[in-house]
This record gives sequence, C-alpha cells and structure tokens, in this order.
Amino acid sequence: MEFLKHQIEKIKPHFEKGGKWEKHYYSFEALETFLFAPATTNGIKGSQIRDAIDLKRLMMTVIIAMVPCLLFGIWNVGHQHFLATGQAAAGFGDKIWVGIVQVLPIVIVSYGVGLGIEFVFATFRRHPVNEGFLVTGMLIPLVMPPDIPLWQVGLATAFAVIIGKEAFGGTGMNVMNVALTARAFLYFAYPTDISGSVWTYLGDAKAVAGYSGATPLSIAADAATTTGVDVVTKLNEFGAGWNEGVFSFSNMFMGIMPGCIGETSTLMCLIGALILIATGAGSWKVIVSVFVGAYAMGLLLNVIGGNAFVEMPAHYHLVIGGLAFGAVFMATDPVTASQTETGKWIYGILIGVFTVLIRVFNPAYPEGIMLAILLMNVFAPLIDYFVVSANKKRRLQRATV
Amino acid sequence: MGKFIRLKKGFTINLAGKAAPKVVETEQPETFVIKPTDFYGTYMPKPVVKEGDTVKAGTPLFHDKKHEQVLYTAPVSGEIVEIKRGEKRKLLEIKILADKKVEYASFNKYSVSDIANLPVAELKNQLLSSGVWPMIVQRPFGVVADPSVTPKAIHISAFDTHPLAPDYAVLYKGQDQFFQVGVDILKRLTSGAVHVNTHSTSEISTVFSQVKGAEVNKFSGPHPAGCVGVQIHHLDPINKGQVVWTISPAGVIQIGKLFLNGIYDASKLVAVVGSEVKNPQYYKTYTGASVKKFIEGNLTQDHVRVISGNPLTGTAIGKDGHLGFFDQQISVLPEGDYSEFIGWITPGERKLSFHRAIGLFSFLSPGKERVVDTNTHGEPRAFVQTGIFEQVTPMDVLPTYLLKSILAEDIDEMEALGIYEVIEEDLALCEFVDVSKHKVQEILREGIELIQHS
Repeated sequence: MEFLKHQIEKIKPHFEKGGKWEKHYYSFEALETFLFAPATTNGIKGSQIRDAIDLKRLMMTVIIAMVPCLLFGIWNVGHQHFLATGQAAAGFGDKIWVGIVQVLPIVIVSYGVGLGIEFVFATFRRHPVNEGFLVTGMLIPLVMPPDIPLWQVGLATAFAVIIGKEAFGGTGMNVMNVALTARAFLYFAYPTDISGSVWTYLGDAKAVAGYSGATPLSIAADAATTTGVDVVTKLNEFGAGWNEGVFSFSNMFMGIMPGCIGETSTLMCLIGALILIATGAGSWKVIVSVFVGAYAMGLLLNVIGGNAFVEMPAHYHLVIGGLAFGAVFMATDPVTASQTETGKWIYGILIGVFTVLIRVFNPAYPEGIMLAILLMNVFAPLIDYFVVSANKKRRLQRATV
Repeated sequence: MGKFIRLKKGFTINLAGKAAPKVVETEQPETFVIKPTDFYGTYMPKPVVKEGDTVKAGTPLFHDKKHEQVLYTAPVSGEIVEIKRGEKRKLLEIKILADKKVEYASFNKYSVSDIANLPVAELKNQLLSSGVWPMIVQRPFGVVADPSVTPKAIHISAFDTHPLAPDYAVLYKGQDQFFQVGVDILKRLTSGAVHVNTHSTSEISTVFSQVKGAEVNKFSGPHPAGCVGVQIHHLDPINKGQVVWTISPAGVIQIGKLFLNGIYDASKLVAVVGSEVKNPQYYKTYTGASVKKFIEGNLTQDHVRVISGNPLTGTAIGKDGHLGFFDQQISVLPEGDYSEFIGWITPGERKLSFHRAIGLFSFLSPGKERVVDTNTHGEPRAFVQTGIFEQVTPMDVLPTYLLKSILAEDIDEMEALGIYEVIEEDLALCEFVDVSKHKVQEILREGIELIQHS
C-alpha cells in the first residue's frame, strides 16, 4: 500500500494547478479517492468530527443490495434459455455460464458508457466525479431484457446520463430516475425490439414447439379483451409442454420466468429490500407504500369488476412485471423521490396506484411501474411543496394564536 | 409546575475521555484573552484600553458600536500585553498578562432583600457595566442581548448533552445561593417566565431542583435535548418579532455573585476532556484562560487537535490557544490528517456512525465509548440522501429545506421555514451525520447574518 501511495503522490503534481495534465485533475482525484480515503480534516470552526459514512459507502450499500437480483438473474437467463430451446436437462454450471456470457457484456457496456460520460463531464465542468452512477450503472443492466443488442444498451445509457442527469447538473440534481430514463428511452425509441421474444435469450438454438414469448402482463391484457376467461387460469395454462407452470403464483414469486435480467424475482427484490431497510440506505416508507398502494388499488378494481384483467386477484399484481424491483430499487432513489417524510408515503402509494391503473386500463403500455415511477418523479417536488407548505402554515398559525 | 417533554430524535455521540468528577487546582495560566469574535451580533468592537494599561477584573476592555452600554470587561487583573487586529483592523483579541492574585474592580453590593426592591434600570446598569451582560444571548440569531428589549421568556438549559460535555452537577456544585439570586434578577428582566430546563434521567443538582420562582422543566432523550433552542421550541416557540433570552447556569451564577459580592467573578471550572488526554478532569480557572497549562504533559500523543468547546460546535485553537468566552470545556482529539486505503468501504466496528450502511457496525454497541478523529471521512457532495437530518432534529423544522433556502438566499423562505428558531448548535448534529459533508453550521450562520442585515 505504501508503494501505491508513494506512486500516487509522485504523479499528483502533474494534475494539480500548473501541472501538464491539469485538465484531468478531477479524473485523477476520483481514482485517488477511490484508492485512498482522503486525508482532509474538518474546519477550524463547526463540527470537528464527522460521521464515518460517505456517499461512496452509501452507494456501495445499494449495490450490495442488488447482488441477489443480479446473481439470480444470471442463473435465470441461462435457465430460461435451456427451457425455451428444449434442453431442460442442462446442468447448473451451463446455465450460469450462458447467463454470464449474456449478462456481463451488458453490465460492462452500461458502466463503460456511463462512467465515461461522467468523467468527460467532470473534466469539462470542473467538478468532482460523483458516485451516483455506481448504482445507476448496475440498475440499467438489471432492467434490460437478456437479448438486447449491446449498442442499444450503450445508447440508452448515454441518453439517460446526458439528458436525464448531466443536463440538470449531475448527481443530486436530476428530476427523473436515471436508470428508468434509460429503460423508457428504449421502450419508446425501439418498441419493436423490446417486445416479443426478447425476454428470453435463445441464441442460435431453435425454440421448442409451442414456445411463446408472451409475458404475464401481455397474457392478462389479452384476457381483458376476450370474454369468459380468467387471467389466473390463462396464466396457469401457459407454457404447457415446454415450461409447465411458469406463470403460477409461486413460480412468479420466485422469479423463475422470462423477463428483464434482474427484475423477475420478487423474492430477490425482497431480500434487497431487507438489506436497504436494515442499512437505512433506502426508505422503508417508500417500499412499503408502493406495495400497499398497488395491492389496495388491485383490491378496489376487484370490487368494481369489469373485465378479466380488472378481476385478476390483487396479489398477482405484486409479483408480475417489475413492480417489486421498481418499488425496492427505483422508487427509493432519494434524489428523485419525495424528500419529506410525509411526502414519501404519498409518493409511494401513488406509484402503486398508478402502476396498477396503467397496467389495467392502458394495454398499449403494459409495464406500468416504469411509467408510474417516472410520472411520480415529476410530481415528487409538488408533493414536497405541499408538505413544506403545511410546515410553514403550522409555524404561522402558532404565531397568530 | 414545569413541563415534562420526551424527545426521541437525536443521537448522543459517546466519545472516550469524559472528565472524572475531580476538581484540580493548579497554577493559573499566565495569559488570558477576550475575543470579540466570540460574540455574534457585534459589528464594530472598539477597544477602550491600550497596550500597557493595567486592568482589574471587571475593567472594560472594549464595547461595540451597536450597543455601547454593553461593556466587555477583563476576566482577571493584569497588564494588557497585546491588542491583536486582523484584516481591515478588525479587533481579534485583547490579551492580558495576569497578576498572581486577581484584583477586582468593585461594583455595588446588595443583600438579598435589597435586590427585590431595586429598580430594573439599576439592575440592568450593574449587569451592563460589569461585563456579565454578554453572557445573556438573545434568540433569534444567538446574538448578545439587546438591553432595550424585554424578552418574552428567559431559558436556562441546566444540562449539556454535547459529546464529552461537563457534568453540571460538578460544575455548579455549591452555587445554590448565587444561582437563586441570579434567577431572581433575571425574573425582573422578562415579562414572562424564567425556565430552568433539566434532564430527567441524570440526577439533578440541588442548584436547579431547589430553585424558586422559576419553571423547572424536565426533558428526556438523546442529544440535542440539552440545546436550549430545542427546549424553547417545545416549551414556548419563538415566532417572528418575538425575543427570548438564553443564558447558561454559569452566567446566572455570575449575576448572583455580582450582586451579592459586588465583583465580576469570571472564575469557572473547565473540563479538560478527550481520548488524547491522560487525566480528563476539571480545572479551576477564569474565562479566556490559555489552555497550555492544562494540556502540557497531559497528552498521550502529540498529533492532536485542541478544541475550545465540544467536538460538535467548538473551535480548534491550537495547543497554546485560549478558551472561548462561553466555553467550559477543552476537548483534545486525534488529528485525522491521514489517508486510508479504500477507506470508503473498509468495515470497522471502531468507526462511529449514526448510519448503518455496509461496514459500519457502531450501531450494534451504542453504549461503547469511541475514539473519533477529525478526518472528514469523505468528500463534499450535492445533497443526495434524504430524511437523515430529520432523524436528528427533534423540532418541527425541515433542516434540508431551510439550508437550501439559505443557499438560495431566499429570505422570505428562510423566515417561513423557521430560521428564527435555530442557531448553529441546534443543527450541529446534521453536520455530523451528513452523508454529503455540508458545512451546516457555517451555512446556517450565513443565513442568520443575511436575514439580520436585510
């Protein structure tokens, strides 16, 4: 370590003011502080001691919470590949290998493109490189379909980081969740590429007889337009012959089904939620209220009735699509969520409510959670405005009484 | 008759090196310093002594152009050896080389029964001319009290929850009579009540529990329960246009001594504390004392930071600095100017944190005393994490929004969000727990300066 430190000290003058690589100071600083927590001390006046936490550690905590989803996702990509190509007997190692080959490049492209842009902006704007992208760079692959072309991952990441974040001033200033911006970009820019069989990686192999790339959400949306069917029966019937029971409730809860790399498993998301809540890195209020909002809206629709999708049991809403992943990792983003404690409840509940509403009443966009979170990202400042106004009003009333 | 208020939010920083309940009398330091910069709200302090003058304890050293009747006087007798000025001839320090034995300037002496009949003007006059007055701090803004104002209440916090804080039972032992007289006098200066705010869990010194004529309130909960601003917020909050005074028990006792003994007695007990102090204990000295005598030979190592006050709100003064006017604590902490290999992720039960993020385990053993150095543990960033400030602010105030309104220099917004209710110490914990390492106290003072001069 001493050697490394010595080497860094040796090249440091080149990056400081007047040095030959002065322009790249912030890139250098980012790497230096990554290797060695800096030796800066607190000022003469004010707090002489500081908490041991910093943004890097906080971001790392969130990444660790995503690891169960990532690992499960890697296995699941392989597992679904072999099921869809009729090789159900494939071993665990083979599945992991297929998963790694498919997922790792997506992760690398996401981090490579995103961090590259961060460093360029830091250099030109002369500000330190922020840690925000460490989390975003992992979130983006997890919400990508396994069969996505890599250039689309790169393009979506670039769009999200430049337009979604840097245009607003960087980490802490963005209005909308960066990873969801990437996903929404693909969704609207390449709608044909992000549907159909993209949810399962087939590769060169031929799909088995009877294979279909339908998702639970599209099955439910179809059921809504035909009469006399029941969504649950439809889901249970799906996959007969090649992937029996893939859309049964318990299987969907476990997440052993086609879908985005990291978001199929409700169970893994809940493990992530536990880590976030235990470490305090994510707001439990947001996580709980999204689930409560979605479930309550589902129940309400069941009571009202109308078509098969509306009458789908409310608890199915919690395990299909990306609701769990969105609730745990996307809605909790502290920058784009509501920032007041009361506001977090309202924000979360409305995300849940809108997710179900969009799913059920807007079959063109079955993935409701993404749109619901982006919508509420935009409204979060308004929610906060009312919560803060209430605080001001209490203060004023106290004065006049 | 007082209220009992339970506070839940907050965080008590449990540091190693608390003072043993032992008072030591040593040789007094040679020099004493009064720093006009300790007093907020003064804007053009003007010295009334010259270098070479001799002064007694209670002789005026300077006054401020804003309130010329408030005199800032010498804590000890001796010779003025230095009047230090900074940029634009700003008065920074007046240094006194102390006599071996303190001589006191004499003020009027009264008996307890006299005091009850003294006119308020005369009371104020004695307080103003003796140098005791600046102990009275005015809210909003935490400035030296304006003598022409009658506050709606006077608050005295009778306990200190700051890290390594001195125990008031030791600090004010046996001062019952002076405290009582001080409270009697303060009661004449306000239109409302005098509140003595005590801690419910620790044993309350008879100085506070037996006091008559004051509302004795009880508070429970972690730091910042001992901050008088938090107490005011729950007892009788400050609204726009209202004025409240606060004073430490030390100030109340000084008032008592001034009237009963006819002297400005600036003697005080100072706790010398911190993980780097060999024998953390109390020393008897005077306001503005040089800290050299108390720490010389009393440190376990040399690479330390000496702080006048507590580690959350204090000022680093160096090994031969002087005690601040209001401070009754000298904290010595290890200096944190080292870099740590991948220090942003290395786990450690040793690292003190309010948070529970990966690798930070200090929440598992909250009762353990810890050694904390002055490292920032991270770099400044934009606001990212939310809801943390609220967890350490037991007031109906939204610290993040208040700070952002100050950064935006939006005065109406600052006012609406409650800047009148807080000073630095009330939000100091926010600075400690901040993930993004903002200088919360500095920002808050900038806001206060802005709103005062607008």
